[in-house]
Amino acid sequence: MSGLDSAGKRVRRPLSPHLQSYDMFQMTSLLSILNRATGVAWTIGLALMVWWLAALAAGPGPFATAASWAGSWLGLLVLFGMTAAAWYHTFAGLRHLMWDAGYGYDIPTTYRTGWITVFATAAFTVLTWVVVAVAWAGRA
Amino acid sequence: MAYPTANEHDNALRLQTPLGRVRGLGSAKNGTHHWYMQRVTSIALLPLTLWFAFSLAGLAGAPYERVAAWAARPLNATLLVLTIAISFHHTAAGMQVVLEDYIRPDSRRRLAILAVQGSCLVLAVLGVLSVLRLAL
Repeated sequence: MSGLDSAGKRVRRPLSPHLQSYDMFQMTSLLSILNRATGVAWTIGLALMVWWLAALAAGPGPFATAASWAGSWLGLLVLFGMTAAAWYHTFAGLRHLMWDAGYGYDIPTTYRTGWITVFATAAFTVLTWVVVAVAWAGRA
Repeated sequence: MAYPTANEHDNALRLQTPLGRVRGLGSAKNGTHHWYMQRVTSIALLPLTLWFAFSLAGLAGAPYERVAAWAARPLNATLLVLTIAISFHHTAAGMQVVLEDYIRPDSRRRLAILAVQGSCLVLAVLGVLSVLRLAL
């Protein structure tokens, strides 16, 4: 990898080990990668959220278009994925805040909080869609 | 004779001025601000995400009038604006780190970061104006 030193001269810098030198499917690395992936996915999620709000502000016609997209099979699949990604990123973020505060670095605790993150994501994703189903059924 | 303590020894080797050390902002002049703001926004987003996700779930299948009335309520509009502003701040900060990790060379990396920040700003303004239009 080449870069510039403080005098502006081109220098070769050492490379840190890249993806292929790690076992990416240990729980620790996999959850770390997922945290980043779900964060990036929510960049798209936020764009969809703004689209929905802009359609709502534009009036009943545009809102109906957005709502029919959201209610389609593809839309529901994307929304379900975004829900899971949101809860995963939330609980993984809580885990990061715990680490930032200086707790939970030993291996057994790391695995325990990892599993808590996975199960909490599943539970909150299901709970959110139970609320969706109840709200939807109540209006149908 | 007294040997220098570890701290004195460390100070003697420092090329940084005492003032620079106190300010703790490093060569980029912003210290840990970026990292710190990512944490602050993440804490703010914990309650906002809970509120937004379950509010939206509860609005599933609701007609236009009901959703528009929901967004127009002062408390909901306030929380929506906060969610939009803080989410885009958090996303722009997070995406910046991802791009810094993966995009080379430096010129393309800077361009990508500016593009993401610009897009985030445009979408955030669109989102906030949409909420204001419904609420005011």
